[in-house]
Order: sequence, then structure tokens, then C-alpha cells
Amino acid sequence: MRASADEVPILYIDTHLVHEVTSPQAFEGLRLNNRKVRRPNLTFATMDHNVPTTDRSLPITDLIAAKQMETLAENCAEFDIPLYDIDSPDQGIVHVIGPELGITQPGMTIVCGDSHTSTHGALGALAFGIGTSEIEHVLATQCLLQQKSETFEIRIDGTLPYGVTAKDIILAIIGHIGIDGGNGAVVEYTGSAIRALSIEERMTVCNMSIEAGARAGMIAPDDTTYKYIAGKRFAPKDEDFDAAVERWKQLPTDDGATYDRTLILDAADIAPQVTWGTNPGMVTDVTGRVPDPADMETTDDKRAAEHALAYMDLQPGTPITDIPVDRVFIGSCTNSRISDLRAAAEVAKGRKVAANVSAMVVPGSQAVKRQAEAEGLDAVFREAGFEWREAGCSMCLGMNPDTLSPGQRCASTSNRNFEGRQGKGGRTHLVSPQMAAATAVTGRFVDIRKFQ
Amino acid sequence: MEAFKEHVGFVVPLDRINVDTDQIIPKQFLKRIERTGFGDFLFNDWRYLENGDPNPEFVLNDPRYANASILIAGANFGCGSSREHAPWALQQYGFKAILAPSFADIFRNNCYKNGILPIALPADVIASLSQEAHDTEGYQLMVDLEAQSVICPDGTAHTFEIGDFEKHCLLNGLDEIGWTLQYEADIAAYENRG
Repeated sequence: MRASADEVPILYIDTHLVHEVTSPQAFEGLRLNNRKVRRPNLTFATMDHNVPTTDRSLPITDLIAAKQMETLAENCAEFDIPLYDIDSPDQGIVHVIGPELGITQPGMTIVCGDSHTSTHGALGALAFGIGTSEIEHVLATQCLLQQKSETFEIRIDGTLPYGVTAKDIILAIIGHIGIDGGNGAVVEYTGSAIRALSIEERMTVCNMSIEAGARAGMIAPDDTTYKYIAGKRFAPKDEDFDAAVERWKQLPTDDGATYDRTLILDAADIAPQVTWGTNPGMVTDVTGRVPDPADMETTDDKRAAEHALAYMDLQPGTPITDIPVDRVFIGSCTNSRISDLRAAAEVAKGRKVAANVSAMVVPGSQAVKRQAEAEGLDAVFREAGFEWREAGCSMCLGMNPDTLSPGQRCASTSNRNFEGRQGKGGRTHLVSPQMAAATAVTGRFVDIRKFQ
Repeated sequence: MEAFKEHVGFVVPLDRINVDTDQIIPKQFLKRIERTGFGDFLFNDWRYLENGDPNPEFVLNDPRYANASILIAGANFGCGSSREHAPWALQQYGFKAILAPSFADIFRNNCYKNGILPIALPADVIASLSQEAHDTEGYQLMVDLEAQSVICPDGTAHTFEIGDFEKHCLLNGLDEIGWTLQYEADIAAYENRG
């Protein structure tokens, strides 16, 4: 919007997504300063982080969570912001419903008070997470003070082997560059393996850009993108759509453009990934073993690995496939879209969840849930012994009643295996939906490529 | 926002890398709709035992560091979630500055908005300051934002980088929204472009 050499650039925000957890103090700030929401029509709100995933006709038992949801509803009413509340047929995880409703479009600047806003980069948008003060800033001004980031190309060439998914691509990337490897950068994912991904798979990749420390991750729009957007509720229609596509075609990075940094990986080298530690960079191939902290290069890494193994209750050298689990969670803004559920259901079909394992599937949105039910996926999961839930963030961060108990070990399709993330004392291993479903059946991690 | 010019304070070393915002303020405390009351829950899962008593193993509970207002930590401090509750908790506990080899982007931004100064210094400098804080009871540092300098008791000064605008905002306790709103005409013109 405004850029000059001696001032911080002002970036205009095309779409602002809002949820119940990080917004109340921002609205309060507006009231205290007698400010309005500048563009309510560019602002969309939903309830996702806190919402229970059990029967929605029952009252919410967590009164503090209920109060936070009620506060969002009041704020949206007061400032005239469209809200997809807990009873809306469009409710869902903010990063699932944005693309699903066609709100997310190429070339847009999109922000949300949530670090996984990088998800929307899958459609060629510049999308990143902000804090509550910045939410207030965007509400009041529709702008953000934003320094330009470095550019980081991550190119994945080749063809993904059987059983290897978008989740494995991004976990392998984070394993390569570390959880601060993308700090200060916006990542552009390029290469033939990225081009071959569906939009939902691209979302999985871009979603976890923040887990490598990158502010945003993006993939240039192409025919796959335009086809995905066509016909969605908030997408341009008819001639407007055609005109938009012509504009969007101007967006991709020029041939021969240079980046501040580049990483090139071969898709053929990527195996199904499983995290063993307490951040997403502590990851290895499913055929690998829990590493020995003694082998770590720096004292800091050694100490971090020792700490992680103590928390995870794992011994160095243990084969990943020898690790048993208590819980399986299929859901989150990383892996809760219809293609994720289809992939997990294909593995679960005609099989049973292991006796000692409790497994749940939480669709990313009510629309995903309806689609899955129309396809009979809910029946597949239920017959296999999975719980089938209502839409929300659920056990990705355990703000609602879906949490791990201390000491429980979980195979999870979510994005963070931080200490206590899914419940105090809970132990999280990040995997793809296919791997999660197979792990539920066998009761321990299993190489999906050999799963019969 | 409270202005930050200079600060002299006791130092506590937290010898961990990649401290994520889930550790700084666990999710169960994010349900509050207020901006205050987070200080007691800072590092909750590390700081308290199952029964709610302070964990004697955790450095913030060491009586030597009871009045610390400067935190020294490992690389990539504040990674993970964008929750501004993390700097709120640090600030409300009493921290004014955080020293580390590096910070996660969103967390660093969130600090600036709350009058906390995140200071990135080379890893060897951080390691030696951390060692001093371990070895010397009552170890203090002075942070001078105007001079962009961390000054040790022996007078050694370590300079640090900060963006001109961030510095200006912190020194003056500037209302950034007010700053942007002075460009109202430019924003409106942008919105009405063809």
C-alpha cells in the first residue's frame, strides 16, 4: 500500500480471518480507543480452537471456553463481522473453511491470529500469522506494518514414491533445515513434485512452513488452483472469474528469478516420516531408529535431544516401528480435509483399531464432515472402531476436552509435537493420515509401504 | 504501549534452545478474554509440579533468580504458535528484555508490541553471559536501547541490531495503530483504485 525507503512499509490486507482465542483482547482494544473495524466485509470469523467435537446439541461444559465463544459472537455482532459460529453449517477450522468457501484466492494478502495461516499460501496467497496487537491493527486500519522477508525456494523435483504424502514432504524438509531453518523468510515451494500435488496436499505443505520458522509458505497458482477455486461461494463468477484467472496468471515468479536461499530435494528420496522428539524437526524415516543424543553435533542439540527423549520416554536406538501408541488423532488444519479422510479411510476399511488403542477422526469443517458422510467414510471409520467427531481444532492443541492424559503416546496427523501440546505429559508423534490409520490398526508405528 | 529506554536488571539463564510458545504459556490459559493475569502461568508446566507446588528444579524457582527481569535463553526462542499471550506472560511476570542468539519471527514482533525488548546476540556472547549468570549471584546487566547496547558489570558493551521503526516505537511507547491511521487518505485511495 505504501513503501518508502526510510519508513516501515504498510501492507494492505485483503482478507482477515478471526477466531475466538486470539481476538477478544483486540476487540477490547478497539473499544478502549473508540475505534471501528475498517472493513468488516473483508473480515471473516469462525469458532474452531475451543469448540467441543462431541454432540453439538449438548451444552458446552467448559464455561470459560463458552465465554470466549460468546465473546466472539458479541464482538462480531457489534462490529458487523460475518461469523460462522458453532451451529453454522460452514463452521470449521479457519484454515480449512477459508479455501473451502473460496475466500482464499491467489495474490491476496491474508492474515489471521494463528501461525498456521501459512496454509493459504497453497493457493498463491501471501498468508501469515499475526499476534493480537496486530489483529487489532488490521481490524482498525486493514493494514499491517510489515518488513519485506527474505525469499527461500524449496524445490522438490521428481515423483513421490508410493505411500509417501505431502505430510512426509514437509516433515522431511523440516528435518533437513531444522525448525528455525526458515526464520525470516517466505518459502516458495517449487518443482515437479509440488506441481503434481492437489490443492489440499499443497495446503498440508504450506501449513507447516511455520514449523520450519518461515513466516509464510506459498505455491504459485496454476490450472490446479483455478479449477479448485471455480464455483466456490466467494470466488468470482463467470466473466469475473475469467478476468481473475488472467490476473492470477501474472502472479508466478519469473523464470530465472533468484532467491536469497534455495534447497533442492528429490521426491524419490523421501520416505514416510515419524517424529521422535518434542519439535517437528526431530523427525526420521519410519524405517529409522530413535537417535542417540551422543551423536548430536552441538552441546545444545545433545541436551535438547536428551530432554526430548526423557519427555518422550524413548531409548536411543529403538526402531520407530517398535514404538507402541495409545491414541490416534486424525484431524487438524494440516490433515483434516476430505482427501486426508479418504486416504485414512482406505487404510481403515475392513480393519479394526487395535485393542489398546483409542482413535478419533475430527473433520476440519462441517462441509468436510458432510462430504465424508455422503461418501460413507464415517461408517468405514466407525466400523473400524474410530470415533467420528464434529469439526474443530480438537486434539491438535487440546484446548477443548480432547486431550491426551499424562504419559499417553499418540500418532497424530497434526503439526506440533511440543511438550504438553496435546495434553500435559502427552507424547505426540507426527505422521501422515495413512500412517496414522495404519498405526491405529497395528497399535505401533508401521511402514505404510509394507502395510497389508 | 509502555516506552522502553533503558533497563538495569537481574539476569536468569534458561539453558534451552527452541523454547516454544506452548511452553511459555500452555494452551489451557488462552481461554481468558482479558489481556492480564498471565504472569502466574508463565512456563507453567516446567514451573510447577503436579500438586501445584513450585518445581525446585526449574530455574525461575531458584531463589537466586527471584527478582530477575532479564531472561537469557537458547536459540530460536519463541517458536511455534503466534499467541501474544507468550509476551504478555513474560512481561506480566516482570521480564523487560530477553537475550538469545535468535528469535522466532512472530514472537519477536509480538514482543515489540508489548514493550519487551528481544535482543539477539551472537551465540558465544549469549553463552558467556549465561555462564556469568550461573556463576555470579546477583548478576545484572544494563540494556540501553538508544545506544543499542547490552552493558556488562565490567563495562563490556555488546551492541545489537534493531529496526529503526521498532526502536522508535519502543523508545516512544508509540501507538502503532495511530501511526498507520495518519495515512488514512493513502489507505482510502488504495481501496478505491481501479
